[in-house]
Amino acid sequence: MNQTINHGDIESAENIKKLRVLVSPWLTRILLWSLPLAFLLFAFFLPLSKILLLTFNTSALTSENLRITNYALRFTFYQAILSTFITLLLGLPSAYLFAHYDFRGKALLRALTAVPFMLPTVVVAAGFNALLGPRGLLHTFLPLSSFQFIGTLSAILIAHVFYNTTIIIRIVGSALSSLDPKLEHAARSLGADSLHVWLNVTLPLLRPSILASTLLVFLFDFTSFGVILLLGGPQFSTLEVEIYVQAVKQLNLPVAALLAVIQLICTLVFSILYTRIAARFTLQLAPRSTNKRRPKTIREKIFVTSLCLLLSAFFILPLASLPIRSLFRLEADRGQRGEVQYGFTTDYYTELFVNRRGSVFYVPPIQATINSLGYAGGTVVLSLLLGFPAAIALAKPTHLEKILDPLIMLPLGSSAVMLGLGFIISYGKWLTSPLLVPFAHTLVALPFVIRTLQPAIASIPQRLRQAASSLGASPFEVWKNVDLPIIRRATLAAATFAFTISLGEFGATLLISRPEYPTIPVAIERFLSQPGGLNYGQSMAMATILLLLATVSILVIEKFRLPDTGEF
Amino acid sequence: MLEVSNIFKAYEGKSLLNDISFMVAEGETVCLLGASGSGKSTLLRIISGLESPDAGLISFNRLDLATTPPHLRDFGLVFQDYALFPHLSINDNVAFGLKMRRMAQEEINLRVGSLLELVNLKEFGERKILDLSGGEQQRVALARALAIRPRLLMFDEPLGALDRALRQDLLNELRSILHRTNIPAIYVTHDQEEAFTIADRVLILHAGRIIRDGIPSEVWANPESAIVAEFLGLGNLLDGEVIAQNQFQTEHGSFTVRCAHKHSKGDKVHLLARPLPDESICVERSRNVLRGVVSDVIFQQDRFKVILDNGIYVYLEDAPKVGQKISVSVKVECLA
Repeated sequence: MNQTINHGDIESAENIKKLRVLVSPWLTRILLWSLPLAFLLFAFFLPLSKILLLTFNTSALTSENLRITNYALRFTFYQAILSTFITLLLGLPSAYLFAHYDFRGKALLRALTAVPFMLPTVVVAAGFNALLGPRGLLHTFLPLSSFQFIGTLSAILIAHVFYNTTIIIRIVGSALSSLDPKLEHAARSLGADSLHVWLNVTLPLLRPSILASTLLVFLFDFTSFGVILLLGGPQFSTLEVEIYVQAVKQLNLPVAALLAVIQLICTLVFSILYTRIAARFTLQLAPRSTNKRRPKTIREKIFVTSLCLLLSAFFILPLASLPIRSLFRLEADRGQRGEVQYGFTTDYYTELFVNRRGSVFYVPPIQATINSLGYAGGTVVLSLLLGFPAAIALAKPTHLEKILDPLIMLPLGSSAVMLGLGFIISYGKWLTSPLLVPFAHTLVALPFVIRTLQPAIASIPQRLRQAASSLGASPFEVWKNVDLPIIRRATLAAATFAFTISLGEFGATLLISRPEYPTIPVAIERFLSQPGGLNYGQSMAMATILLLLATVSILVIEKFRLPDTGEF
Repeated sequence: MLEVSNIFKAYEGKSLLNDISFMVAEGETVCLLGASGSGKSTLLRIISGLESPDAGLISFNRLDLATTPPHLRDFGLVFQDYALFPHLSINDNVAFGLKMRRMAQEEINLRVGSLLELVNLKEFGERKILDLSGGEQQRVALARALAIRPRLLMFDEPLGALDRALRQDLLNELRSILHRTNIPAIYVTHDQEEAFTIADRVLILHAGRIIRDGIPSEVWANPESAIVAEFLGLGNLLDGEVIAQNQFQTEHGSFTVRCAHKHSKGDKVHLLARPLPDESICVERSRNVLRGVVSDVIFQQDRFKVILDNGIYVYLEDAPKVGQKISVSVKVECLA
């Protein structure tokens, strides 16, 4: 009896061995990579090459096109430099505040500053509109006819600061708090006063992190699309906006392609610079005992209090205005001139379910929410399907993965509008199909999905699996009891990432979505660009719904993501 | 020279330093010995001006330093984890304080060169900090602190991160450099061997107070209190009761101890029974004998530490057998 069991065991073990030999490591790698690479080829590299081909078409290089390009390029740099500078003005003191002081509500305030970064641009734009726009809260309570916010450069700059301050706070703040306080002590004992400590010790040590965060902020400002389009208005055109205008409004694909190539070159250069600097400053960072304390002197208290107030106001007001404005009627509706009704209303929400003749849609606006959820669902499935094999391969990198890893991340460096443009040029005849949208969204979401899954898969120590099998677990039981519980959390986080990105994606969607299948962001844009209080109210209602969905998603991601894998 | 008087410091309501007073004389090395958390490092930061005391006075050459910021005190600091500037070369680290004093470059080069020679790192000047070993980094830190020709040098567990052999070498080097330069120094450590090697005078810090102040041999011979004896690991501490003049009863038997304290009958006292056998007197005649059954014997290079079943330990030259009953005549002192 015993012998037969042993014999069976040996036989099955040999079978597994044979199987392992059959499925050679190379074959496994090829199998893992086939789907993700095929997707990248058709969704990214093919469209990219079409854009390049179109640019080298002689018709792209007319003097008129070059004039457009020149203007867009100059304004792009101008607003990006200005935005970055103002972001530093707010970000550096804030980084110092969070790195050096302890105060009540600190964790909340810090989290608050990080929220905008994860929010869809349309929500941020709608939020500033609800606060400072012509129909916004400030205008209603403080009617200053001369005050104009929407459609000015300030609107663009302030929204960019709102978005990106968290980058400075995170990167410079973590560098600041990991600085050894003894370095300052040593410098002081050697005869350096506080100014010289700053100039000779603190600043040189912070320089790489300041540079890296500045470049990252600049990169985001450089490729900003939604903010410029929705808050800047038609007179401001960055490369990104001009690509959209030329491709969709002017139907001038060659110049759009030319702009896209210039944009790509710029972002590529900045990305390379950033990676180099980032690599340098991670070397210096070693976790240190924290040196945080409560503000003591009057000057410290004034600094901490005023900055906290400024940050709270700056980060709460625009986002709080959105739901408030969506629930309050603050002006006359059409045909009711002179008879202004103030007060609470749920009209803007109930109207979402109505298909009005005068509506900009052929369908009730709530359909946009349904579309968005559908697209998001598709994106989740697609990006997990493609992300899992890639993440498994990347978790145990060979030479192959060292080449493929940056390739997989390339779509991150290219702008959403450019991806949309590539889709239009390559797959124009399929533009009638709503299926194109989840593919575009997957392209944007895939790098995030892979970067969330990969560390989780890699974090499972081989010894754990060996221990489990030595205790008598079959390969399936090992997978079920060891791998699955660890991967499950990461999968949930990755899925939510894909879901959130798809929900908020604006640039690519605006270019490729069909008018009869709008998404929430597209609907908000259309409502905002239409006259009338009801349209405005509905855009607020839609943006509030998106804000809620995004907030829930952010909370889910924060809960399930592996700690300290935070990368932008 | 340096005078520290009546320093108090509390953190979040908990007293950390409690009425600390001592002096450091010209060329003297004073060692602050205490367990971690005893407030040693805080005291150093207060003396260097990086922190201010709740009460008390720091003065140097009779000059109150309360209003002198740390960068004008000319007190050199050496830390356990070196605190070298990672973005500067070794030369620039050593030159830092001289640059802060706007010294001419030529003079800086000269002084940096001679200091690196002093700490045996002559050829290392252009290297990066991260290329150095821990011991080498600490030499650079010492050179950096010496470069400003400080009026006082302060060491905060400077050898704590180094391994034992290296610690011995560097400690001897430090000792000779301190003697040669004649700079007064405060040396903080929790390691008594280190303290007794380098110190001209030892201060034992316990729970925020200085509980013993004296030259090493004196402190060793006469701990004066049970806490000091226990902290230094001088021997077996026995709880006793006075039964007559110079007569004490403990759970390990009665002892006759010549004692300068004034006791009355029934007083509770601490006795210290040193673990080295008293060779001058044989067990039969001795009145101070420790007895017990051997429960463990530990080999310690030139002797055996013999632990008895009643918790008493003694050092013997020859190892007894476990289970054997032994009696050892020892020296017993009264710690009041």
